[in-house]
Amino acid sequence: MASLVLAEHNNSTLSEATARAVTAARHLGEPVHVLIAGSGCGGAADEAVLLQGVDTVVVADDPRYAHMLAEPVAMLILSLASGYASVLAPATANGKNILPRVAALLDVPQISDVTRILSPDHFERPAYAGSVIETVAAPDGKKVLTVRVSAFAPAPSGGAALMVSIPPAADPGLSEFLDETPALSGRPELSSAKIVVAGGRGLHTAENFHHLERIADKLGAAVGASRAAVDAGFAANACQIGQTGQSVAPDLYLALGISGAIQHLAGIKDAKVIVAINKDEEAPIFGIADYGLVADLFQALPELELALGK
Amino acid sequence: MKVLVPVKRAVDYNVKVRIKADQSGIDLANVKMSMNPFDEIAVEEAVRLKEKGKAEEVLVVSIGPKEAAETLRTALAMGADRALLILTGEAVEPLAVAKLLKGVCLEEQPGLVIAGKQAIDKDAGQAGQMLAALMGWAQGTFAHALDVEGDAAIVEREVDGGLQRLQLRLPAVITTDLRLNEPRYASLPNMMKARKKLVAEKTPADYGVDVRPRLKTISVKEPPRRAGGIKVGSVAELIDKLHEARVL
Ligand SMILES: Cc1cc2nc3c(=O)[nH]c(=O)nc-3n(C[C@H](O)[C@H](O)[C@H](O)COP(=O)(O)OP(=O)(O)OC[C@H]3O[C@@H](n4cnc5c(N)ncnc54)[C@H](O)[C@@H]3O)c2cc1C
Repeated sequence: MASLVLAEHNNSTLSEATARAVTAARHLGEPVHVLIAGSGCGGAADEAVLLQGVDTVVVADDPRYAHMLAEPVAMLILSLASGYASVLAPATANGKNILPRVAALLDVPQISDVTRILSPDHFERPAYAGSVIETVAAPDGKKVLTVRVSAFAPAPSGGAALMVSIPPAADPGLSEFLDETPALSGRPELSSAKIVVAGGRGLHTAENFHHLERIADKLGAAVGASRAAVDAGFAANACQIGQTGQSVAPDLYLALGISGAIQHLAGIKDAKVIVAINKDEEAPIFGIADYGLVADLFQALPELELALGK
Repeated sequence: MKVLVPVKRAVDYNVKVRIKADQSGIDLANVKMSMNPFDEIAVEEAVRLKEKGKAEEVLVVSIGPKEAAETLRTALAMGADRALLILTGEAVEPLAVAKLLKGVCLEEQPGLVIAGKQAIDKDAGQAGQMLAALMGWAQGTFAHALDVEGDAAIVEREVDGGLQRLQLRLPAVITTDLRLNEPRYASLPNMMKARKKLVAEKTPADYGVDVRPRLKTISVKEPPRRAGGIKVGSVAELIDKLHEARVL
């Protein structure tokens, strides 16, 4: 039996989250198949074929999969499930939306946000906003897992998998896509960025947040935010990092005007180097930052921008 | 239309949890418990639907120990009409929760279920989707805005790249994200009134659901702790250090 990875893609290109989920799947020790459900998704399928460690790319190209609606995609996975010992997805918005539906239809418990695979049935995952790491053993039978993208390295390119096309499965027709408002910026993806520049309520105004964005652009960095900054309207929802936002694992994380609440720290524990700039020297973020600067952002931001050059 | 809202009694988000000495779980003795914050948002949204005349009744359901009746009373004080407690012992896994809620849905025939997107203790984020699957209903997860019109719900969802709008056929399950609304406080007078209201009780056996855990917790431990580093005196010094550390 093999493991099936639900791919994350935009039809023309594969998201790095998929390559990371493939690495997780490889730890299960079975052949790895990648499922591309999409519409006009040949480009993404071609990229998946090149991922090292992938044996087969299964392509379901049909308009009903254009927006990854949970109900038809879950039915598709269900129609394939008998051939697989495990089903995995990156713990992205799509994975978190679709996989529990699959698990329930298979009548198995899902293991969410897996950060380590110890054996084919023993997994580590965080709970309580990352305050604890649980090791759980899944019962016999199929495993359904979402994996924390930032906890696994991407599978490199250079493979040559087989590609097979499959017909679509039944569409229950329960929901319909209307439209979307992308929060896009042309910046790197948060979950795989090498540098993340994140702002909190300490930035005080949206104008200051633009200042932070200019610094991010100089560094080729992704922009992140605390919940408070998102609630204040400084940044889009998609920028929220933490327990209930996204997890990141950059080489460098700059936390500007962020206090360091446990719900925020839950999302940055895999960052290699953490820098904090905050005017309050008692701020909890300094307890975990590798480099801390006690300073007022109104002074520090312009200095930082200048110091980073053009 | 009847709206069903499941609410969980969870460790309060301000509490720093302690691991039991034998690493078997979390020490819950004398720990402050509250309604899961995402469920508060769900209750608020249901009550608002009622205030807008789009829902007739809000039924809140909790699955947990006797003390979960307090959580239900908080929801009643926020404006829910009726409360049901399904009495269980220790932690019930999301799939069993979904099966119990399915039993309630079959009995009560709600037009909409509004659930939190995750509980902040286990951080699993599964129950709503699982319930939708078991009922064969549509799901609108991570809701940022919700509107109900006739037999459809329009839900705006928080997704990784921005916001997405879907139309769902009712009945459906919605799960709430942080920015759907700001929950009201349950005022003291309303809490007093809620104390007098009946909380109906059932057991998993009433629904024929086996709630014994299927996942085995082997251990619970602390994550490796990050040591704090050094303080620098200026932006220039910071930049030097980052060059030294080869991250710039
Ligand atoms: C259910 C739930 C889920 C949550 N999920 C998340 C999550 O996913 N992510 C998340 O981030 N939070 C989350 N939170 C919120 C979290 O608890 C904190 O409230 C939030 O992280 C605080 O954001 P902040 O650090 O920007 O704001 P604050 O805590 O207000 O901190 C602002 C900081 O800026 C500093 N500052 C102010 N002015 C200046 C200045 N001029 N110069 C320099 N520094 C300055 C202050 O000293 C302070 O340390 C969640 C909370 C709940 C209840």
